[in-house]
Amino acid sequence: MTEVQTDQNQVRSSREDDDIIQIKEMHKWYGEFHVLKNINLSVKKGERIVICGPSGSGKSTLIRCINRLEEHQKGKIIVDGIELTGDLKHIELIRKEVGMVFQHFNLFPHLTNLENCALAPIWVRKMPRKEAEEIGMNFLERVKIPEQARKFPGQLSGGQQQRVAIARSLCMNPKIMLFDEPTSALDPEMIAEVLDVMVELAEEGMTMLCVTHEMGFAKRVADSVIFMDGGEVIESNEPNEFFNNPKSDRTKLFLSQILAH
Amino acid sequence: MSYEWDFAVVFQNYDLLLLGLINTLNVTGVSLLFGIPLGLFVALLRLADSKWVSRSAGIFIEFFRSTPPLVQLFWIFFVLPILFDIAIDPYSASIIAFSIQSSAFFAEVFRAGLISIDRGQWEAGYAIGMTRKQVLRRVTLPQAVKRMIPAFLERIIELMKTTTLVSAISYSDLLFQANDIAQQTYRPLEVFSVVAAMYFFVLWPTSVAARGLERRLAVSGESTAA
Repeated sequence: MTEVQTDQNQVRSSREDDDIIQIKEMHKWYGEFHVLKNINLSVKKGERIVICGPSGSGKSTLIRCINRLEEHQKGKIIVDGIELTGDLKHIELIRKEVGMVFQHFNLFPHLTNLENCALAPIWVRKMPRKEAEEIGMNFLERVKIPEQARKFPGQLSGGQQQRVAIARSLCMNPKIMLFDEPTSALDPEMIAEVLDVMVELAEEGMTMLCVTHEMGFAKRVADSVIFMDGGEVIESNEPNEFFNNPKSDRTKLFLSQILAH
Repeated sequence: MSYEWDFAVVFQNYDLLLLGLINTLNVTGVSLLFGIPLGLFVALLRLADSKWVSRSAGIFIEFFRSTPPLVQLFWIFFVLPILFDIAIDPYSASIIAFSIQSSAFFAEVFRAGLISIDRGQWEAGYAIGMTRKQVLRRVTLPQAVKRMIPAFLERIIELMKTTTLVSAISYSDLLFQANDIAQQTYRPLEVFSVVAAMYFFVLWPTSVAARGLERRLAVSGESTAA
């Protein structure tokens, strides 16, 4: 524990203010393709940000850069005072603090739902199994499916699987949660149960970045909405202004398309 | 054809055949003991990010898959002692040859199993803070191994059959013993029939067990076959 703290103090020298995430002039390329262009973004502790935009706009890539599932080539990303570089130690420190929920849940099919939850506390936090499973049960209760603990993910509905995935992330006690289109793969009747959990999380003060097209959710919980297109942040505003008074033509067009039906 | 079958000679020499069978199982088992971990290691090198490492592993795999096992065995038994000025007995030569040879095949089985696991499984493991080694050990490899079981057992059966080649360097495996008995008793028909049956009765349950295991894993509530 002491060793980890020392590590964190050493690498946290670059901290400037209260922003838990700072992205400065960040660029990313896939080969020749410039997928993220000059991204600047600061997120304060407890802030809830919704990122929307057409498919291929780079929104998923952006949040995947924050826990280094994608590598950026230029600019800076600083998460909780730690700069993301190629340094594996930094990456691992950040990943311990940042939870992520995926579009396709990505639960581990060979483990029970409870084992999915307890896995990282046991192997990453080095917790005794019993303690880790207690934490897992707590979070399965919070997402309202403790009765599914001993089942395997394959035996659950999509909505239930996504809730297990959220519980799995929360077991690491993250400071930041990233949601990458968490409801896009769900049947309509299951979207609400997942959004409910996300709303609760937001109300508890979790710092959240959500890539989603659920505009109702954005209106309800977001502190700001970011619109991306072509790898750029086109517009960023608080939800009321964003929806009622969009500034750019591209935002207007996008909103008219997704709110039309 | 008025051949008179006489299995008496086989039964008189059952202890020699039994010793042969034990030796065959010994060479197979010990080669697996080295070959499987080595195969996993080579598979991980093959999957490494570095092109240089990956290609070297690829060459290793292709070389040992594309040269006859008998040539490999002869090379190790006859050439290695000359090159390094060491004495090597038939048993050690067999173990070295079949460990390396089977590792090349197991590497491909491991590699195929690992790349069949969705990238999202790696990402989910990384996202909860696990290292590459932890994700491999706790998440992707256990899933891959389940998918590999059929290919794995097929390789084990294949390896046991291939070990008959060790008789060519005078290691007293089942085939070598059978040949010996056949030559002494002039009863090759009976001896080799019994030996064929012995191989069959060892290998057949292996493949039955494999299918049973596969079925059991399939109903354990997870659908890795997807």
